[in-house]
Amino acid sequence: MSTAILSNIFRFFLLLAAQVVLFNNMTLFELSTPYPYLLFILLYPVDGNKLALIGSAFLLGITMDMFCNSGGVHAAACLVLAYIRPAIFKFSFGLSYEYQTIRINDVLTPERFSFILLAVVVHHLILFVLEIFRFAVWAILLRTVTGTIYTILVCILLIYLFKPGKR
Amino acid sequence: MQQILQFIIKNSTRLLFLLLLGISLVLTIQSHSFHRSKVVSSANFVTGGVYDKMNNVREYFGLRQQNEELARENAVLRGLLFDRQDSAKPPAIDSIKGISKNNLIVSKVIHNSYHVYENYITLNSGSKDGIKPDMGVINSSGLIGIVDKVSKNYATVQSILNIRSSINAKIKKSNHFGSLIWNGKNTGYVQLIDVPRLASVRKGDTIVTGGQSTIFPENIGIGTIDKIYIDNVTHYYTINVKLFNDMTNLGYVYVIKSPAREEFLQLEKETRGEHRDTK
Repeated sequence: MSTAILSNIFRFFLLLAAQVVLFNNMTLFELSTPYPYLLFILLYPVDGNKLALIGSAFLLGITMDMFCNSGGVHAAACLVLAYIRPAIFKFSFGLSYEYQTIRINDVLTPERFSFILLAVVVHHLILFVLEIFRFAVWAILLRTVTGTIYTILVCILLIYLFKPGKR
Repeated sequence: MQQILQFIIKNSTRLLFLLLLGISLVLTIQSHSFHRSKVVSSANFVTGGVYDKMNNVREYFGLRQQNEELARENAVLRGLLFDRQDSAKPPAIDSIKGISKNNLIVSKVIHNSYHVYENYITLNSGSKDGIKPDMGVINSSGLIGIVDKVSKNYATVQSILNIRSSINAKIKKSNHFGSLIWNGKNTGYVQLIDVPRLASVRKGDTIVTGGQSTIFPENIGIGTIDKIYIDNVTHYYTINVKLFNDMTNLGYVYVIKSPAREEFLQLEKETRGEHRDTK
């Protein structure tokens, strides 16, 4: 259990650092930036402490906001994602997900992909609605769609990159 | 009381979520409503430090660009420095009679020779600035020379300190003409030859350019009479003229455009042609 906590803390800082130093500078066409830091929320253990998840998601988001000077946009998006994560699990993996040993960082299956896709869409939609903060439907949709594609690509690449090796 | 506690423990996740969501929404709305009043910003110790370190690294990638920018800026500043006129000595363009401001091209001497017999001055403007061969060159105190060759950005000037130069000049008081030449001896003096014996010349009289030339307007100062000789062969006066200009120390000069010159030359050519036809 302690190794799980430690690995999660390590992942928190690693993803945050990678996001701030690397991915925030990878803006494409001045339109979409990948936000693979939300992998922390996705990779959080299914049976982990929910309070800790919500608290750490808020910390993650508020730190991102500090770096991006964006008020509380990332914090809100991360919080909502962390809060509805069980619902997305239920949708993607079926009702009995709590009793399965679900591993997100493994070979990509349709269930895992749908989970990641839903999570990223929810996160990005909230993020851009709050960031644009106007009734600009097309701008929000465009940013959400392009950002989702970009983020999912980066997330899957990262998952495959750090996949625990099979023996 | 127990029920309240139980309710809180039971719904702790939801309550924490709502609390934190409320905080983040307040921060978001605040950041959108009030200009420059962000509570959470990157202007603190941690984020500022991280950005500082990142910038330290990033600066190395832009070194070439930075260098180019600095070089360009240096060039601009240097240009300003060179082009700057001494505010204590404003150019006395308007004080020269007979020349309008439009007919002057301001230029700068970038090379000046005065220690050989055939001296040439190089200016830092050329055909790009409208300089053509055979234009007159003066500065605020007097005559300097005639444009010899012109390239795109530079021009050479045949200085009056050139034994091949011969410029029409006159004694200001009496309007007697002569040719201004240089004997190649002293950079402070030129010679006015072929002045008729009828002219009354006195030491200290002013020599100015004559009106017979199309290169220079009339009455541009050249110098004052220093010594008067009588030539042994021609029995005309030869006058030693002390120059107004210090030819060893030239800065900004003015090139005189002479709009009438082409018309003048054309007229002369036609006249000669007609005379030849009639003969």
